[in-house]
Amino acid sequence: MADAPFVSVSGLDIDLEVPGGRLHAVRDSSFDIALGETLCIVGESGSGKSMTALGLMGLLPSNAHRSARRLRVGNHDLLSLNRREMADLMGREMAMIFQEPMTSLNPCYTVGNQMSEMLIRHLRMGRRPALTLARDWLDRVGIPPTAGRLDQYPHQLSGGLRQRVMIAMMLMCSPKLIIADEPTTALDVTIQAQILHLLAGLQRELGITMIFITHDLGVVSRIADRVAVMYAGQIVEMGRTREILRDPQHPYTRGLLECVPAPGKTRPGAHLGTIPGTVPSLVGQLSGCGFAGRCPHAAVGCRGEIPALTVRADGRQVRCLFTPDALWSAA
Amino acid sequence: MNQHANANGGTEPLLELRDVTRSFAVKSGLFGPTLQLQAVRGVNLSVHRGDVLALVGESGCGKTTLARMLMGVLPPTEGEILYRGQSISKSPLAERSRHIQAVFQDPYSSLNPRKTIGSIVSLPLRVHRQGGAASIREETLRMMDMVGLPARFFDSYPNQLSGGQRQRVAIARALILKPEIVICDEPTSALDVSVQSQILNLLTDLRRELNLTYVLISHNLGVIEHMATEVAVMYLGRIVEKAPGTALFSQPRHPYTDALLSSVITPDPDLGIPTIDLGVSFPNALSPPSGCAFHPRCARALDRCQRIAPPVTHDSKGTVECHLLDVAP
Repeated sequence: MADAPFVSVSGLDIDLEVPGGRLHAVRDSSFDIALGETLCIVGESGSGKSMTALGLMGLLPSNAHRSARRLRVGNHDLLSLNRREMADLMGREMAMIFQEPMTSLNPCYTVGNQMSEMLIRHLRMGRRPALTLARDWLDRVGIPPTAGRLDQYPHQLSGGLRQRVMIAMMLMCSPKLIIADEPTTALDVTIQAQILHLLAGLQRELGITMIFITHDLGVVSRIADRVAVMYAGQIVEMGRTREILRDPQHPYTRGLLECVPAPGKTRPGAHLGTIPGTVPSLVGQLSGCGFAGRCPHAAVGCRGEIPALTVRADGRQVRCLFTPDALWSAA
Repeated sequence: MNQHANANGGTEPLLELRDVTRSFAVKSGLFGPTLQLQAVRGVNLSVHRGDVLALVGESGCGKTTLARMLMGVLPPTEGEILYRGQSISKSPLAERSRHIQAVFQDPYSSLNPRKTIGSIVSLPLRVHRQGGAASIREETLRMMDMVGLPARFFDSYPNQLSGGQRQRVAIARALILKPEIVICDEPTSALDVSVQSQILNLLTDLRRELNLTYVLISHNLGVIEHMATEVAVMYLGRIVEKAPGTALFSQPRHPYTDALLSSVITPDPDLGIPTIDLGVSFPNALSPPSGCAFHPRCARALDRCQRIAPPVTHDSKGTVECHLLDVAP
């Protein structure tokens, strides 16, 4: 391969010890991301999308077990790093932006304090130059330096401003990979658009690779180069954004798209598409396709072995025994 | 009183707000003075039978305060709220709750974890002493069936149910007294997309079958467009635009409505991230801007927007509060 992918994940499994046994939160997850590319991981609650991110960052809860064939970011083999080495990498090479900035900022320290801490820890800067750089970064994320924000505490900022501080903080040490876990879900729609602009702009400018986790197919369509759709701990479909949204090939992706009210087409009194049933339990021994219980096209074969993620002609990967022709041309 | 006349051919509104204001006392700092925060500022609004009236706006715009006043759990500081022409602050709570019920956002915290589903759904009947034990049980099972809950859940507890099923329980509880109006405050925000569509379909069916009127609060404009027959856009405690859903979505007249609609992100890979020039922050509700409260964020603000509160324009297309309506576009 001429261009090695910047992020390479292969065979990632994450199990959680729960009272009823082992919960298979992420099952045999594999994906590559090129330098500067945005991969969106989309799925509903419990699909394993956040676990995948936490697994990559080494931030899993203590009851979790992670195993993988390969877990590589740039030149670093994450599987061989110990906690200390991982902590050095975090913030400097790879950074994570969470959904609720109030819980990821420390309420007891000022914004300036927390921002300069990053620079002092990772870049070994002095306090004064660190504060100057922090002020510059606030300006870059659209917070005017005149407002004295560096001396404020997180609770004095609105949700949108807090998320801007978080983004500035995560980008200050110029990481090469950002993992953003639902960074705009807690924000108003007007603020959401601004934050997405900011993230996408800085990403392009700085050539950052991004993993963006969301449940919102709208957001996916606007920022992702490629999409991985997760269901019940597995990637069920992965490919280029336009192709996935225009021509979904897995019944789950298709069902999910039909559930979203489409502006201009939707009207009061009309019915939306639904996916009947509920997500299967991921505890214990699993078999068959995770979606079989809710799939309108499920056949006997779907309940046997776990379907493999197969590569189709256009490079799309789909975890389904059937091709779309067999599934929905008959209907 | 032609200000309160409505577009629906003069029929009496089911629910009507007249110059309703609600303020809260807020302490500024430990020893600071007490300030008045006006969450809702002089709102006039009417809801007609069969409407799905949606309240939209950013967080802090007063939509939940308005909804709580409609439920009657929060009295207005000024103005009055009329249900069928009668002031609801004068009618007893029990009477009010027979006609107006609510479904809340979080089905995890709105159901008592120590009560069974049957007991949760039937509680309103028992409180209002409607029928004996046998008929209450029968009515409860009928209601559960109506919202798609199997009878075997009668003796289950909320923690045994999924989020979507819990929201069905909340809906059954709200409907069991056969209310006329249901206030739905973000009914699907805590749910996954596939479950959200099930709940929206259920609300649509129930409205038709039971001839219900909804007041729907949501920050999701996709959901609003799908459900609402009437939309009221709120900004800093005022309703800045109200119009039928289809008209509002195809031809927004207030610049704020326009900005809100253009910020909606639909699954369309051909479009980029929308650009909105609304500035960084929402104004402080403790000291709302002079003139039109929206002027600091409005790209088309005129000189007078800073000084003079905009007039309310009522016409065949709806109600708008904006100076720009006088100006040729």
